[in-house]
Amino acid sequence: MPALTDLIEAGRPVEQHAPWRRAVVAPKIWNLAVEQLAAGHWSLLGLWAEPDTVHMALLDAVRDIGVISLKCAGGRYPSVGQRHPPALRLERAAADLFGLLPQGLPDTRRWLDHGQWGVSHPLAAGALAAEASAAPAHAPAMASYRFLPAEGESLHQIPVGPVHAGIIEPGHFRFTASGEIVVRLEERLGYVHKGIEGLMAGSPVERAAKLAGRTSGDSTVAYSLAFARAVEAALGVEVPLRAVWLRALMAELERLANHLGDIGAICNDAAFVLMHAHCGVLRERVLRASDAAFGHRLMRDRIVPGGVASDLSEEGTAAVRSVVTEIRQRFPHLVELYDNTASLQDRTVATGRLKPALVRQYAAGGYVGRASGREFDARRSPGYPPYDELAFDVPLLQEGDVNARVWIRIREVEQSLSLTEQILQRLPGGPIRVDVAGASVAQTGVTKTGGPCEGMALVEGFRGDILAWLRIGEGGMIECCHLRDPSWFQWPLLEAAIEGNIVADFPLCNKSFNCSYSGHDL
Amino acid sequence: MRKHLFEGLTRLPLTERPPKASQTAIDELARGLDGAARKRLGRSLSIRAVDAGSCNGCELEMHALNNAFYDVERFGIRFVASPRHADVLLVTGPVTKNMREALKWTYDATPNPKWVVALGDCGRNGGCFAGSYAVVGGVSEVLPVDLHIPGCPPSPIEILKGLLALLERVNAKTAAPRG
Repeated sequence: MPALTDLIEAGRPVEQHAPWRRAVVAPKIWNLAVEQLAAGHWSLLGLWAEPDTVHMALLDAVRDIGVISLKCAGGRYPSVGQRHPPALRLERAAADLFGLLPQGLPDTRRWLDHGQWGVSHPLAAGALAAEASAAPAHAPAMASYRFLPAEGESLHQIPVGPVHAGIIEPGHFRFTASGEIVVRLEERLGYVHKGIEGLMAGSPVERAAKLAGRTSGDSTVAYSLAFARAVEAALGVEVPLRAVWLRALMAELERLANHLGDIGAICNDAAFVLMHAHCGVLRERVLRASDAAFGHRLMRDRIVPGGVASDLSEEGTAAVRSVVTEIRQRFPHLVELYDNTASLQDRTVATGRLKPALVRQYAAGGYVGRASGREFDARRSPGYPPYDELAFDVPLLQEGDVNARVWIRIREVEQSLSLTEQILQRLPGGPIRVDVAGASVAQTGVTKTGGPCEGMALVEGFRGDILAWLRIGEGGMIECCHLRDPSWFQWPLLEAAIEGNIVADFPLCNKSFNCSYSGHDL
Repeated sequence: MRKHLFEGLTRLPLTERPPKASQTAIDELARGLDGAARKRLGRSLSIRAVDAGSCNGCELEMHALNNAFYDVERFGIRFVASPRHADVLLVTGPVTKNMREALKWTYDATPNPKWVVALGDCGRNGGCFAGSYAVVGGVSEVLPVDLHIPGCPPSPIEILKGLLALLERVNAKTAAPRG
């Protein structure tokens, strides 16, 4: 079995790419990597494109990370999804945006492009772009979508969305059911595609940072952090220590708020409103403490390339301490209530079971992965400061049902409380931001060797690992940027988890995953 | 379970109630909202939320309106599952082109009289997504908007203030609302 590093050395390494390496490889090497993925030795961390290149971020058996890139001669490249299904939707998305054709891809339907943009392949360059702008917009009939068939006696279909019944993001679910039993669920996403990659290209770093922070509203801290770390890696900027710790504090507050909200919401979908009400109170307290500490309830635009935008005052510290104390008092009672309520357990235990093998294949992160035996947490591996100096456990379960996903979140709430306390205890003093625009590379836009610089980051959001990759070119402008939400590898698993369950349990399964629509659609 | 129910009997409610001496913003709003909603729409104002491309930040704060602190249902304001039950469409996002049609359909399915509120900075003019090939750039490009509530995202208090403003405007209108 080759190591990722062998493949990278076999290719043409890119000079300025940090902190992990990237190499432009030949099709043979590309296919060798696909073999490793298909055999289950490696994990896919992301697949994205540029007008004439396709990139793949990989994690190998010894947890080494790297990127391999393939020049697409004639706009074509050998499909990864053909042999490794987790790449399928990513390849469809890249085909929509850049017009790159994955050879052998078994599913060539459009994914993000619903035929509404008035342009094909909006991010393509050269001849393809000229052709795209000359091409008339798709006729509405072209936008009709061919759902995968499910045939059999007495099967019926239930179409749901894109506008759902609750206060929830838009997407379409096509259920095929036999009586009450779901035999197939097919998702259709892309409704909230905003063209973030297109907007980032050619933008100054500050504007791109704002866009990154609006990729998925509930993970605004995690996205800002991922983007900032990628910029800092590219420019070789060192962030002041206090900022590093404040960033972690924000990330843990965000995780707390989301987990608390979701634990309650899952119970609410099992008609147990009491938990929802109590968890909602704790979530609101966290949001108010975050507001007191950082001046915004969701802490949007508080993490910026170079550090953080606002410092923590004494009142802010007191607010965070007080919310931790309150959750420590109240949360154990709620956990007990969850654990001892038969009507609730009846709905969550053994519901929406997700097999560990699938989770491994898709390299699913977050509570979806950890509830099905995949122990991966970007805070620990590859890890980033200050987590290497903090004590915390990564909870792990094997059952893979709704109940297991709830328990992982419960345990993570406890871990985040402990992390928050540790951070407050050890928070160093000093400055909170350095000037990124002043970094020598940024001023000229080129490195010493004369090329643009590239950076990458893997950050643990509340849903799982978020990948950010970018290139900074002349004048310190973002040349291209790709953000990969954890949901890319979780949405397909929801389709698998619901199979054989009753339609009425879909909200429970769905909420226990809580995949992002906006983060996925970009 | 039992413990929680017993505690519920003795503990004070969390809702920030219409006031006595203290004049916080939410207290004032609560009173104003209560009165205005009742005058115009009896005891109910039904809201259908439509995410037309938001990052989900606005939705989080809409959810917060239902928590025990804000508890909007006490004013007769509630979020409903169908546009057919709604008086108000609360629309978020820069309206992606992929959602434009669904948004129009939702509007058409809402019975008259109806009002449209665009929530958040994106809903006003596309916010930082304006200019993208994939967005329309503001709710008013697709639907007649009665009110914008700015913010990124607006806090629950700001959303309440906006709804109050809408109700007051609706009350002030003598002519029949737009159909």
